[in-house]
Order: sequence, then structure tokens, then C-alpha cells
Amino acid sequence: MNDWVEACAAGDIDEEDVMRFDHAGRTFAIYRSPDDEYFATDGLCTHEKVHLADGLVMDDIIECPKHNGRFNYKTGDARGAPVCVNLKTYPVKVDAGKVLIQIG
Amino acid sequence: MTAITSSAAPPRDYSLTGRDARLAVETGLAAAEWYHTEIPRKQMKELMQRSDQPAIRDTIIWLAALVVSGAGGIWFWGSWWCVPFFFVYGTLYGSSTDSRWHECGHGTAFRTQWMNDAVYQLACFMIMRNPVTWRWSHTRHHTDTIIVGRDPEIAVMRPPDLLRVVLNFFGILDAWHAMTDMVRNAAGIISPAEKTFIPEPEQPKAIRVARIWLVIYIASIALALSLHSWLPLMLIGLPRLYGAWHHVMTGLLQHGGLADNVVDHRLNSRTVYMNSVSRFIYWNMNYHVEHHMFPMVPYHALPKLHEMIKHDLPAPTPSILAGYREMIPAFLRQLRNEDYFLKRALPPTAKPYREELHNDNNPVPAAAE
Repeated sequence: MNDWVEACAAGDIDEEDVMRFDHAGRTFAIYRSPDDEYFATDGLCTHEKVHLADGLVMDDIIECPKHNGRFNYKTGDARGAPVCVNLKTYPVKVDAGKVLIQIG
Repeated sequence: MTAITSSAAPPRDYSLTGRDARLAVETGLAAAEWYHTEIPRKQMKELMQRSDQPAIRDTIIWLAALVVSGAGGIWFWGSWWCVPFFFVYGTLYGSSTDSRWHECGHGTAFRTQWMNDAVYQLACFMIMRNPVTWRWSHTRHHTDTIIVGRDPEIAVMRPPDLLRVVLNFFGILDAWHAMTDMVRNAAGIISPAEKTFIPEPEQPKAIRVARIWLVIYIASIALALSLHSWLPLMLIGLPRLYGAWHHVMTGLLQHGGLADNVVDHRLNSRTVYMNSVSRFIYWNMNYHVEHHMFPMVPYHALPKLHEMIKHDLPAPTPSILAGYREMIPAFLRQLRNEDYFLKRALPPTAKPYREELHNDNNPVPAAAE
């Protein structure tokens, strides 16, 4: 499945922030960077299944709210303990003011 | 505050590989979803914001005070005038490092990560906690706070070993265990308990740090022997003993005498109002319910968080003394009945506890007083 799915309106997310998006039984995190770009990853931390949307976005880092594990949300790279496994990322585009993610 | 006793149950098994560890997993107490007070996202973001400034200021004060007090201790070595200097030096070395290790381990003290890492490594050395082992044990402590068989950081187990508690005010057992663990790790051995919470790829890092530390301690001892003087060890190593009192005093208050095997930090953690000196040494960890509920809030924002959510929390303990006045009798009661604990009362404005969760593994309270 390579459909683009509408996640939210572009204005729903503040700059340097994150929002939860649930779709078809899965949960995702949609990010808006300080440079006004949008990104998407799996919604749960790879360490202990905590929603990243409750965490803190700093530059290109998302910090998990439970154990402060950090990921680069642009690449999905784990950036230090206690997270060791990378996040899956998804393509994102903005079309007519809507944020779309491609869920493969 | 209500005191609760429960009907007889088998003695608690605090081993991380034992019966209660298995039970916690089977009953869903391990890695459970915990209660937290609802805070609007906008306010939460403000609270979580990182800043280098407060921690840089506090770290400059901390290091300067260490240098001045240490220099005073050296200058007056051999006379009683060195005692007040070493009292300050020891407290900064053997106690304030507990909170520096903790906050920098969370990565919340500074915005800049290398600053967190640098202070973390220094504080870990001084408090004698392997930075790899303790990073992972503390992760477990936050996942399974005071869950028997899961939490490796339960300071006072039931029934309480009060001799151990008293000795730790002087760092005696903690330092002994730290040293034996360091030698064991330096020999390349990771214990079965450590293997339950340190991922395999991280274990060589724990061994490498232990080897570096061992060299430093051997060098310090060799220097002391060559100088025929205790002075080098008064500056490195021994402050972990003679300066431990403050971090033990404050640390025991975090969870002492309160409920175990619950999934609500309002029941198993204690917020205590403290004087400003203790709050500097302790980096505001006296707001302990708040810290556990929202560990991504930096220490300098905890007073603001406390004001925001105190309507949903038990009344804070008004002082360190008040904390000990409720905790010591509870410890003494637990010597006779290890199921005894202090149940925190919530204000009328708070959301209720989910009692059905809290009683799954603790028998229904048999008596309250």
C-alpha cells in the first residue's frame, strides 16, 4: 500500500512541535521543524512504546517523554540511551494546506 | 495521610530475577501505564523547554565551592580548622553529585547535550555510580517505580534494614558495594541482575569505565601511601563517605514508607518543601512526585510544575523534619508487618486513585488508622 493519507492541516502543528496521528490501527508522529518542514515517524518510542507526541521537539530531535530517549525525527536515528533502535520514518508532503504521509 | 496494613502475604522478593519479578510481568505491573495529571500541551511545552543558563550558573557555583572548600581543607590540613572546609567539600562531593548525576542522566539539566554528558560523567565518578549501569538502572526505576522485583533503585526494602540505612548516611555500604562492583566490572564481569537492565551492546562500556576508575583510585591510594598522608583520599574517594549524609537524608524521603506495587506516583512518591540550600544541593528533586510524573521537565521548572498540578497531588510534606516524623514510625511498623505503608490522601480537587489497579497485588487493606 503506497497511498498518501491526510494526517492533519498544516496549521494544526506549531513550529518545532509534534502531533499524534492514528490511522488504521497504527499510530504515527507528525513533526513540524523550526524550518517549517514536515516529517513523520512511527508514533511510539522503540524503547518502551510511549507516544512520542507527548515529548519535546528541539531542533531536529524528538525526546521521549518517559525516559528522555532521543531520536532524529528527520532520519529516525536513535541518538542515545535508552533508545537503541531507530524509528521508522515516512515520506511527507504538504498539499493545499494538508499534511499527507505515505504509509508503506 | 492514612496508614494501611494488609493481610499476610509471602515476604517480598526484591531480586530482579526472582519470584516477584516474574509476578510483576505476569500481572501487568511491569512497564504499566501510569497515572499523570492532564496538562494542556502548550503549557507542557513551556515547562519542558531546555535552557543552559540555570545549570551553567549552578555548575559554576558548585565547582567554585568545591575548589574553594577543597583548597581550604588542604590549607588547614593538620588542624581542626580543616573540618568545616571538608564538611562543605564532602557534602558537595558526596551529596550534590547525586542530583547532578540524576538530572544530567535525564538530559534535562542543560539544553546542550555535551554539557549534560560532561557533568554526568564527573558526578558519576564522585558518587561512585557506573555511568552506564546507573543510566540503565534509572531507566528501569522510572518504568517500574517501586515495583518489587523490577525496580533496582528501591532504597529501603521491606522489612527495612535500618542498620543499612544508618550506615549509608556515612556511605559505608554504598561505597563498599560500589567498589566491589567496580572491581568486578573491571574484571569483565556483568552480574545477572545487571544483565536484566543493561542491553548487551552497552555492557562493554560499563566495563571500560570501571577499568578507568580503578586506575584513578589505585593512583590516589598510591599517592597517599607515598606521601604518608590521608589527604589525597580526603579529596578523592573518602568524600563519598563523609559527605553522603545529605543525599541519603533527602533520598530516603523520595519513596520511604509509601506504597509499593502501585502505578500512581501520587501513592509511592513524596514531595517535600525544603530550604534553599538543600534545594541547591538536591537540584529541586524534593518535587519528587512531579519529577516522576513528568521526567522531561528540567529541575529549574519543577517549582512551576508543582504550582500547576498541586490540586491533583497529595499535600506536600512541609519539611524534611516532618518527612522523617512520618517515615521513621512507618519503618519501625514495617519491621513487624512489612505490608504496612503510609497511604497518601488526595485533596478533593484531585482525580481519584485507581484502586482496582493498586489492590491487584496488594491484598485488600485489612485495617486503617
